[in-house]
Amino acid sequence: MAGKTLYDKLWDAHVVTDLGGGSALIYVDRHLLHEVTSPQAFEGLRLAGRKPWRLAANLAVADHNVPTTDRSRGIADPISRAQIEALDANCAEFGITEFRMDDARQGIVHVIGPEQGATLPGMTVVCGDSHTSTHGAFGALAFGIGTSEVEHVLATQTLVQKKAKNMRVTVQGEVAPGITAKDIALAVIGRIGTAGGTGCAIEFAGEAIERLSMEGRMTVCNMAIEAGARAGLIAVDQTTLDYLRGRPFAPHGALWEKAVAAWRELRSDADASFDREVVIEARAIKPQVTWGTSPEMVVPVDARVPDPAAETDAVKRAGLQRALAYMGLAANTPIVDIAIDKVFIGSCTNSRIEDLRAAAAVVRGRRLAPNIKQALVVPGSGLIKRQAEAEGLHRIFLEAGFEWREPGCSMCLGMNADRLAPGERCASTSNRNFEGRQGAGGRTHLVSPAMAAAAAVAGHFVDVRDFQ
Amino acid sequence: MRPFTVVTGKVAPLDRANVDTDAIIPKQYLKSIKRTGFGPFLFDDWRYLDPGDLDVDPATRRPNPDFVLNQPRYAGATILLARENFGCGSSREHAVWALSDYGFRAVIATSFADIFFNNSFKNGLLPIALGRDVMDRLFAQAQACEGYALTVDLPAQRVRAPDGAEYAFEIDAFRKDCLVKGLDEIGLTLKHADAIRAYEARRRETAPWLP
Ligand code: SF4
Repeated sequence: MAGKTLYDKLWDAHVVTDLGGGSALIYVDRHLLHEVTSPQAFEGLRLAGRKPWRLAANLAVADHNVPTTDRSRGIADPISRAQIEALDANCAEFGITEFRMDDARQGIVHVIGPEQGATLPGMTVVCGDSHTSTHGAFGALAFGIGTSEVEHVLATQTLVQKKAKNMRVTVQGEVAPGITAKDIALAVIGRIGTAGGTGCAIEFAGEAIERLSMEGRMTVCNMAIEAGARAGLIAVDQTTLDYLRGRPFAPHGALWEKAVAAWRELRSDADASFDREVVIEARAIKPQVTWGTSPEMVVPVDARVPDPAAETDAVKRAGLQRALAYMGLAANTPIVDIAIDKVFIGSCTNSRIEDLRAAAAVVRGRRLAPNIKQALVVPGSGLIKRQAEAEGLHRIFLEAGFEWREPGCSMCLGMNADRLAPGERCASTSNRNFEGRQGAGGRTHLVSPAMAAAAAVAGHFVDVRDFQ
Repeated sequence: MRPFTVVTGKVAPLDRANVDTDAIIPKQYLKSIKRTGFGPFLFDDWRYLDPGDLDVDPATRRPNPDFVLNQPRYAGATILLARENFGCGSSREHAVWALSDYGFRAVIATSFADIFFNNSFKNGLLPIALGRDVMDRLFAQAQACEGYALTVDLPAQRVRAPDGAEYAFEIDAFRKDCLVKGLDEIGLTLKHADAIRAYEARRRETAPWLP
């Protein structure tokens, strides 16, 4: 019999009962909640007179609507405030652990789960948010769900699911110096497309992935959803264990040893077969910059904006033209000639300590270019912010002219006050460059933290490898 | 969930194809913390002449007199007619919530987008797909006769028209059972409560470090 993939192992370990027709009732170990997709689920629970099935599985935090400036006076926008107050009230009523806005541990839901050790290998992790794929970096089966499913998980600790297909993306060899996890993620999406992972759980493997820190692995799995995948996965190894040891929600003592023994099995068997395999040469990956309105519209920094005239398929050509018009770009413009207005370093993709260090290393001793109207650094959590301050990173950013903000989703989606004005162009470390994503009419270019920092100093995109 | 057996109701004909979920409920309303109360914002951009938001009282806004739901003869309709690919676009469940909250119990269309179709069943709204010719006839009759009503008989899987015509429709047995009995997916899953508890007991043995 053929071996099992990591995904097969995780799936098999969580089947409560087979429902037939390819569906199964799957047990949920960890449920993360935030303020935007949970209020209706709590209301449903209340109306039906139900209680959360297992309180300890849940962890909540407000992140999408929170202000990133001084919070001592509360939230100015009454509608955002109401959504956050609802989360506070719901968690208090049902007894769910919540990191409130004034808690040092507050931050973006996908940052704080792993940071607290609330995300563990072998778990199923769900959240009413598509970027839940991030947690797959720990060898956990993690995916986003809708509001009815949030209620379903609260009430039953399970979900009705159909099994996905197995896909493996192997990033072979070592990346060149200056190439980060974000560049790997964007290069993969550029190669397989935003529907490349549809219906699949993608396992990322290969030397370049094994060499990544947990921060880097989270960046890669975070972006799996932009490749259309149901989930991203990376096998457990010593890096995983070293990251988790001693975290507040992780097991300790004898339980830790027992857990580690089980977690070491969380890898695909050597003879496991995948429905789809993609191999990418790490050496060939250059710093990536998106030019369009979909993450697959991405090129290396030394390339040019594509020319729709070269596209033979009429439908695709029209898509390229529409994207260029929205982005205000001319075909064949060198990427390094694109000047920017704003810089955003943050989001669940790139707001961890390693990301802030990488950006600070580029910025150190330099200043923002005169054409930069605003540059934000938004740490992913209060603890990351505190650590960065202990390392003096905030001073490097502040001296260069960046703003040093409180943790939250911020300009990743502009649901709070941080957003682009129409026509503004932004170098952003976030994950989606859809029309209007960072503010109506705003133009987003996705890059790594180091590339965003270099663009902030130069005023336009530059190859960070020349810069250092 | 409210059971759906036999529903007789007034019909509103929305003679458009590709009605997307953005059109059904625009994005500014997703900041609401409720599952209810979206009815006044259903088809917001078509229904009103001025822009709206969560904190704008719909009663102060200017209704578009040309929009079908604003015509007095369709007031109180509980069955919506539409053309192909109804509910395409984003996955927002708010679209289904808005239709239900407005008072619709069923949407009869030529075809539906996948996610909207699934979301409907989770919320007791019955989506019925009928052939192009049948839809043409229903649209013509609804537009011709004031007070036109249809009967949707879910147990019999039939739509009955006032002229005596009956139209059969398809629905999978599992979903039909849920709707007729008013079972939500949660209620059904809770029938497996013992299996869930047995799983948890095993899990405590094999993975005692889990929360
Ligand atoms: S940072 Fe952006 S992508 Fe991540 S959870 Fe927040 S809004 Fe979503």
